[in-house]
Amino acid sequence: MLLEVDGLKKRFGKRVAVDGVSFSLDVGEILGFLGPNGAGKTTTMRILAGYLEPDEGACKVFNIDVLEERGRAQTRIGYLPEGNPLYGEMTPWAYLRFIAETRGMRKDEARTAVRRAAQDARLGDAIERPIETLSKGYRRRVGLAAALLPEPMLLILDEPTDGLDPNQREAVRDLIRRLGQERAIILSTHSLEEVAAVCTRAIVINEGRIVADGPPAKLAEGHADGLEGAFKALTGGQERVA
Amino acid sequence: MRSFLAIYRRELLSYVTTPTAYVFVAVFLFAIGLFTFQIGGFFEQRRADLQGFFAFHPWLFMVFLPAVSMRLWAEETRSGAIELLMTLPSPTWALVAGKFCAAWTVAAAALLFTIPLWVTVNLLGAPDNAAIVTGYLASFLMAGAYLAIGSAMSALTDSQVVAFVLAVLIAFMLTALGLPMVSDFVAPLLGGGVADAVSRFSILNHFEAAQRGIVELRSVWYFLSLSAMFLGFTWLAVDARRGG
Repeated sequence: MLLEVDGLKKRFGKRVAVDGVSFSLDVGEILGFLGPNGAGKTTTMRILAGYLEPDEGACKVFNIDVLEERGRAQTRIGYLPEGNPLYGEMTPWAYLRFIAETRGMRKDEARTAVRRAAQDARLGDAIERPIETLSKGYRRRVGLAAALLPEPMLLILDEPTDGLDPNQREAVRDLIRRLGQERAIILSTHSLEEVAAVCTRAIVINEGRIVADGPPAKLAEGHADGLEGAFKALTGGQERVA
Repeated sequence: MRSFLAIYRRELLSYVTTPTAYVFVAVFLFAIGLFTFQIGGFFEQRRADLQGFFAFHPWLFMVFLPAVSMRLWAEETRSGAIELLMTLPSPTWALVAGKFCAAWTVAAAALLFTIPLWVTVNLLGAPDNAAIVTGYLASFLMAGAYLAIGSAMSALTDSQVVAFVLAVLIAFMLTALGLPMVSDFVAPLLGGGVADAVSRFSILNHFEAAQRGIVELRSVWYFLSLSAMFLGFTWLAVDARRGG
């Protein structure tokens, strides 16, 4: 297995954000993380990426414990955080070089990795323009290219198409489908349409717990309005405060 | 080491591609000029030395350097880039040291721009150049300590204003401990020994010795330890985010 997650728990004060999340993932799977706001999707992804430490549980990437050997595990993970933070004053080329070198790559390695990642993310001529002048769609591609720099076997994408127009969304989805052929991808989204269009598997998370796990088509079975009906039934149609 | 250099270069670039560094250097040079010539009476003293110039460094650095360091972590937290940095396989020390050294380079650049003053006193008389070198070295080390304080405060908040205010406050306390009025206040209350000990913790006391051309290892050690301690706090504050 590429990723094994076992009994993750995380509290923020009295609030339980993640409550015993367990699943595993293999190469070629594109896993959609679905759930209402505040369900625990982002917290789970932050734990998997090594940003947050869980209170309980373990996660292993290629049998490397993310908590015990965080640095080693992070060399195998590409992560696109929620909101896609970038340094606007830099060009994508300079930004990607910075990320590659911060990852510990030598200058020649970094150059090669940047060229490859820019090509994979289809950055084209945008690579020489300041990031702050790029469209949201291209900025998202820069974030994706940064996540692709280490040629990760596991890509974690937190709301990769959030805020994009339909054309940009479709372009990013195409990219994810293509990237998912040779690696494992976890993406969180509010869009059920996206899960149906891109993901080979979906996990529905509600109040920190996994309430459903399976192929999107199978989850939609037996519900009159498909995946949306399943989502409402599984999450109780309620909105969380935080 | 590669991570450190990458962070250092990016941080330095962010200073020179935004007005921060230029404004800091320009305003610092204006202020130090004003203090040295107008308040310190540089020409009226008719002495070829830079004591009147160095005397104002602690007070100016105390205000100016927190303005340089306030964005180091607060801005990364506000923009969310901290999450990106902390999910890269680079050690926290490299992030902390890279950012700190970039800010220290900006402070060093500001000091370098005051060298014409050194040249001027050499044209006007025969100053003790060894004392001036010692003054510059102490000033550089002191700048590091103020920046480390600023870095730690910046790591505690996502607001640059809060980081600035906290850093100025702590810097002021550590500087003012050496003022005679503080010793005079503490001595009757807690005894002369305590007043002396409090005074020894002051940035001002350690800097004044260096200004007179005396290289005291304990002062060098003091500035380095103070910097290391606050960089340690920065490290802890940054790493504490992993706990949520």
